[in-house]
Amino acid sequence: MLEIKCPWCGARTQTEFTYAGDATLDRPDAETGSEEDWYEYVYLRDNPRGAHDELWQHSAGCRRYVKVRRDVTTHEIIATGAPGAKLDGGGS
Amino acid sequence: MTKYSIFSLARNALTEHRNWTEAWRSPDPKPAYDVIIIGAGGHGLGTAYYLARNHGITNVAVLEKGYLGGGNTGRNTTIVRANYLLEGNEHFYEHSLKLWEGMSQDLNFNVMFSQRGVINLAHSDPQVDAFQRRGNAMILNGSDAVFLNRAEVQARAPLLDCSDGARYPIKGGLLQPRAGTARHDAVAWGYARAADAAGVDIIQNCEVTGIDIEGGRVTSVQTTRGAIKAGKVGTAVAGHTGHVAAMAGLRLPIESHVLQAMVSEPVKPCLDTVITSGAVHCYISQSDKGELVMGGDLDFYNSYAQRGNFPSIEDVVASVISMFPAFGRLRLMRTWGGVMDMSMDGSPIISKTPIDGFYVNGGWCYGGFKATPGSAWVYAHTIAEDRPHALNECFHLSRFARGYTIDEHGSGPTPGAH
Amino acid sequence: MSAQPYRNAEGGRVDRRRPVGFTFDGKRYQGYAGDTLAAALLANGVRLVGRSFKYHRPRGIVGAGNEESNALVQLGTGARTEPNLPATRVELYEGLEATSQNRWPSLNFDVGAINALMHRLFPAGFYYKTFMWPAKLWPLYEHAIRHIAGMGRTATAPDPDTYAHRFHHCDVLVCGGGPAGLAAALAAARAGARVVIADENAEWGGMLRSRTDAIDGRPALEWVADAVAELARLPEVTVLPRTTVAGYYDHNMLVLDERVADHKPAPANHEPRHRLWQVRAREVVLATGALERPFVFADNDRPGVMLTSAAQHYANAHGVRAGGNAVVFANNSSAYPAARDLAAAGIGIQAIVDVRAEVPDADRAMARGIGAGVLAGHAVVAAHGARQVTSVTVMALDADATGAVGEPREILCDLVCQSAGWTPSVHLFSQSRGKLRYDDGLTAFVPDRSFQRERSAGAAKGTFDLKGCLAEGFAAGAAAATAAGFPAAAPATPDCSDDTEVRPRAIWAVPLPVFLHGKRFVDHQNDVTAEDVGLAYREGYRSVEHLKRYTTLGMGTDQGRTSNVNGLAVMAGLRSDAIPTVGTTTFRQPFTPIPMGAVAGAHAHADVAPTRVSALYDWHKAHGAPFSTAGYWLRPQGYPRDGETLAQATQREARHVRTHVGVVDVSTLGKIDLQGRDAAEFLNRLYINGFAKLAVGKCRYGVMLRDDGMVYDDGTVTRIAEHRYLVTTTTVHAGGVMSHMEYLAQVEWPELDVRMISVTDDWAGIAIAGPRARDVLARLAAADIGDAALPFMGYLETDVAGAPARLFRISFSGELAYEINMAPAHMPHVWEALLAAGADDGIIAYGTEAMNVMRIEKGHVVTGELNGRTTAGDLGFGPMMSKIKHFVGQPLAGREGLAEAGRKQLVGLMPTDGRTPIPRGAQIVADPAARPPVAMLGEVTSQCVSPNLGHPIGLGLLVDGRARHGETLSAHSPLTGETVAVTVTDPVFIDPEGERLRG
Repeated sequence: MLEIKCPWCGARTQTEFTYAGDATLDRPDAETGSEEDWYEYVYLRDNPRGAHDELWQHSAGCRRYVKVRRDVTTHEIIATGAPGAKLDGGGS
Repeated sequence: MTKYSIFSLARNALTEHRNWTEAWRSPDPKPAYDVIIIGAGGHGLGTAYYLARNHGITNVAVLEKGYLGGGNTGRNTTIVRANYLLEGNEHFYEHSLKLWEGMSQDLNFNVMFSQRGVINLAHSDPQVDAFQRRGNAMILNGSDAVFLNRAEVQARAPLLDCSDGARYPIKGGLLQPRAGTARHDAVAWGYARAADAAGVDIIQNCEVTGIDIEGGRVTSVQTTRGAIKAGKVGTAVAGHTGHVAAMAGLRLPIESHVLQAMVSEPVKPCLDTVITSGAVHCYISQSDKGELVMGGDLDFYNSYAQRGNFPSIEDVVASVISMFPAFGRLRLMRTWGGVMDMSMDGSPIISKTPIDGFYVNGGWCYGGFKATPGSAWVYAHTIAEDRPHALNECFHLSRFARGYTIDEHGSGPTPGAH
Repeated sequence: MSAQPYRNAEGGRVDRRRPVGFTFDGKRYQGYAGDTLAAALLANGVRLVGRSFKYHRPRGIVGAGNEESNALVQLGTGARTEPNLPATRVELYEGLEATSQNRWPSLNFDVGAINALMHRLFPAGFYYKTFMWPAKLWPLYEHAIRHIAGMGRTATAPDPDTYAHRFHHCDVLVCGGGPAGLAAALAAARAGARVVIADENAEWGGMLRSRTDAIDGRPALEWVADAVAELARLPEVTVLPRTTVAGYYDHNMLVLDERVADHKPAPANHEPRHRLWQVRAREVVLATGALERPFVFADNDRPGVMLTSAAQHYANAHGVRAGGNAVVFANNSSAYPAARDLAAAGIGIQAIVDVRAEVPDADRAMARGIGAGVLAGHAVVAAHGARQVTSVTVMALDADATGAVGEPREILCDLVCQSAGWTPSVHLFSQSRGKLRYDDGLTAFVPDRSFQRERSAGAAKGTFDLKGCLAEGFAAGAAAATAAGFPAAAPATPDCSDDTEVRPRAIWAVPLPVFLHGKRFVDHQNDVTAEDVGLAYREGYRSVEHLKRYTTLGMGTDQGRTSNVNGLAVMAGLRSDAIPTVGTTTFRQPFTPIPMGAVAGAHAHADVAPTRVSALYDWHKAHGAPFSTAGYWLRPQGYPRDGETLAQATQREARHVRTHVGVVDVSTLGKIDLQGRDAAEFLNRLYINGFAKLAVGKCRYGVMLRDDGMVYDDGTVTRIAEHRYLVTTTTVHAGGVMSHMEYLAQVEWPELDVRMISVTDDWAGIAIAGPRARDVLARLAAADIGDAALPFMGYLETDVAGAPARLFRISFSGELAYEINMAPAHMPHVWEALLAAGADDGIIAYGTEAMNVMRIEKGHVVTGELNGRTTAGDLGFGPMMSKIKHFVGQPLAGREGLAEAGRKQLVGLMPTDGRTPIPRGAQIVADPAARPPVAMLGEVTSQCVSPNLGHPIGLGLLVDGRARHGETLSAHSPLTGETVAVTVTDPVFIDPEGERLRG
């Protein structure tokens, strides 16, 4: 069972969190984004085999979204931060 | 190929089984093939078999990074069914189910396809509505379905708690009588043996590390055993489709997630059908060896690790013993994980790609095993003819951009939710 | 009650003053407190305890612990019966009932044994090659196969026991309570670390329990007792006997299964049967010991062929002679002290057959000391006997141990003790993702590189001498404590008596001379022989996973504990590859099988999911409401009166509300309190329709899409104050919509000043509906609620029946209606007050079924229509979609597949004959008589009999439905054999102009 460090609450066990998907996606601009941009944003994924930046919501805690860099081949967590944070390590 | 039968078994018994031959060869890769299939699971081996059988294309290699049948073919809970609401799905899976019904004889390999029925339990009135709607669609699409009331469900699963006291009381169930289970490994072995006999080279321990494209057309693959030229290349690596497609520069509407499965210790027959419940999040059947075979939800985070964590196991087991309170004293014997291609609409992708001669077969979510023969059949067609079979037109990669998703659960573009 | 012919008068640690009665296959026996079932059976001379899986061969006890592959029994009867328990792990208690498995009619005479006579027809994987013709007979074959397989039986009544879960954090978790584990725990605990030490046995000491070692000149078990006593005294230490570390998961989370009450007939009051621990450990020490390996020789499965360590254990721990006359068959030195102990217990040692050509002097001396001859460079090539071993054939081995040479000699015996080397128990290490290394000298896989924060010590690491185990344990414990922040030094290692070096000579399958027959079992439990491995090799199943899957090697309840390495090695020999090249199998959780009840814990049965009820739950129950589930909620479906069915009550309630007035519990709707200067902008982006101009004190209906352009949810938004809104959601999407909004606010639009919190549980909800709703409510509301003060889609705050309340003039039923929100604590009072105030108006309570009927009459959409595949346009919300602002889902809602003609649109349906109910779940077709496959034009999504219209109605999604009003089609349900001609209509059946709700 994973242990995730919430930047606001500290290390908490996986079951307090809800997975919320890929954190590397850039939501297209409301005014300028094309249908193609939105298609790529909504549907396409890099799905890397290695370090993966993703969002987890601390749903049974502070309800903040947390950015997590995790190696998806080993489940090792490399870094966590706020959703807008730049994370270091793991080569992603 | 030595024909398998009770007679060949008896004949070989006289020589203490010393004269059985290899089920498949272990050839070195040739410099070039007409078609290379990446991935020697049921889908890849089946595709090679049907390329030979249906299309006369035998200069085919199936490349496997590990041992054949070692991916999701050998890790699933062996359920075979065709109980879908949406037309595209139902026609495809019904075709697949028909192929299952003749597979042992066609391959001369007993895949132990056991048509013991699959029951989806309905726990609420809206679910009864939804399941009847689906059952009607199945029948109108040419498949079989029966709606069971609570007593009929109980009769088919005597140890199932059908009482009012259940947390999710059982209101009925949608039965597909022709559905059931099969011996998963045997499917890979049976296709491997038959494909090999037709001249296909199955090359194990040969990992694809790159895909070469020139002028928008695939030319060869790089592997741990050297470069191999190919006229056409098709992937059949569900779980890792995103990773392999990236070698060809493609991003796909797929995330890889881990799904766990588990078995209890073997016991004498106590469950003669397959019981599934979406509301309680589990499915359960009993293998011919006597183990209860169980599964449920994903671990719900991207993963390429063939292992999961304990919360999902707790959930599945709690669900099982809530439905079967007598199973609380049976012991969990083994758990394992498999990596699923979770597509953005919960349906597979069997498709040409923007790269000429490069084909993708993936996005099976957790339903790939039952699709094995149907998928292989239409994929072989797609590769051989360079255009989809009528049954997989709807599974085209372009459906996401164009808005023709096949979203059986209506969960939208959240891959873990399907 | 029989005597115990194989029990010594002295020796062992059983309590001879406390005899314990038990039965096996109905026959009464006696053992002593401290026995396992296996020990007590052996004490009574019971050798045959089970039949094998495939050939139904007679089987006896092989081991003394979790390695047992043969002696599986069915324990207990009735609801507490349990299959497949190794007799070696069952602690004896008074009245224990055990029965043998997999035999019929009896253990001694088993009809299934005919399989053994036909064994040549049943090599590995035989079933893949036959039972194919004729295809229609396969179900019969399969039926027979299933009944032959399976071993024990499940209980058929609900498990009467309870199970507990506990979560725990510690600095150092020590897995294993043998010398290395105890030493590690001592070193870590003395440094002040919070330590948990767990061992699967009732008694501490690991292998020391089986042996006669000394530590510091005293019996080793005294050192053990001192160590456990010291640990138990320390406040930060948790000592868990009878606790198996079953799984090693990510981030150093381990699962422990504590058998709280399995050594008793039944748990005491309030005591769980098992307690499952989930322990997050900073550091882990794996001191899981090692298991002795058996040899692969002809008929090595005869009862009486045991592991040497097991026979030694029964002698030393239980004072039980596992036989009268033993042949010891070994390839390493560990068997010699064991033989000495067996001799001391009174077992005659007929010979020590040692595979090694050169036997160390110390071993020879020990053999001499007990008067046993040593046959060096020899092997037992076959065992003889039927239901128990009666003799063995011994031959010399050639130089590379691949052939048996010379004169065979037969040695009479009733016990064969074998020791083919030791396999470290690396299961947990492997589960932690540690990498293994094959050690040629030890002929075993040992831990190599760690992945998680753990370290191995003692026999688990391939260290077999006692002093080495203690030293490694101390060092590992000190290192673990230090790493966890408690600096520690390893204590000095005491002197130990034992210095046996194991160093086996590998021999993986003892050659079978041509003049002998017999099966050389590799996996006893699954009846896999060396010949089966050979067949797998010949047929190309050569990778270790193919070998396992084709032959079923290692797939039994013992998970190949004693067979995997032998099987791997036999395959390696056939492939002429090194053992590590063939690979090792993956070790899966759990380490030993654990009860499913323990895995589920308290979150099972009625508590498998939370149950949510409103503050009126007791009232609903008291008034006879049946409940339906919606998510976790239980909702009252209706209130049948004197003999009414629910359907009749539904009709009455739905009719009555439209003519009089009714109240319904709507507490389950999701409610989100949204605040901030940018809340209006946030809503504007969220919903398809505009919210910028919603005035304070007004409500508005809204529809939201997913990013893919499909409808996600609907509800109302009320502007409570300048920067404060109340958002409602459907019951099932309450959680999802909340997370969705939080995601947008936190991740995508952090520039917006907006905050939100779920208030679903803070505000209970009652809707009052019907032409007399205002009259009734006005009697209780403190404020004026006249049409001017509270118009349709208006909002105000006032007291209702003295309780602070929020009033929303919104309507789901299509009648004049109000929704009242109040604190849940006030809800029963307000509800009763409404019923009292409306008594003269004929007020009734109505349930979700009547609510559903009324919303179908109004063409409102719920789950059947909001199925995740419908667009706003499909459902008739197209005109609501703003053309002047961006909103979630807008860009992809324009894709061709979502916009094109031919989509299914919401319609109303009426039976053409005006009376036949529309079948639920029907599909809409043009020609119901057509043969499948039939094109489906649409589907019935909701249907009911409308009491207000006097005929059945329905809603459906129909291809180009809005253009088909007036057409006649068929609602077709082949599943139920119903087909009804239906006329396509507008989906709003009642009051399309909305006059009633504005009234």
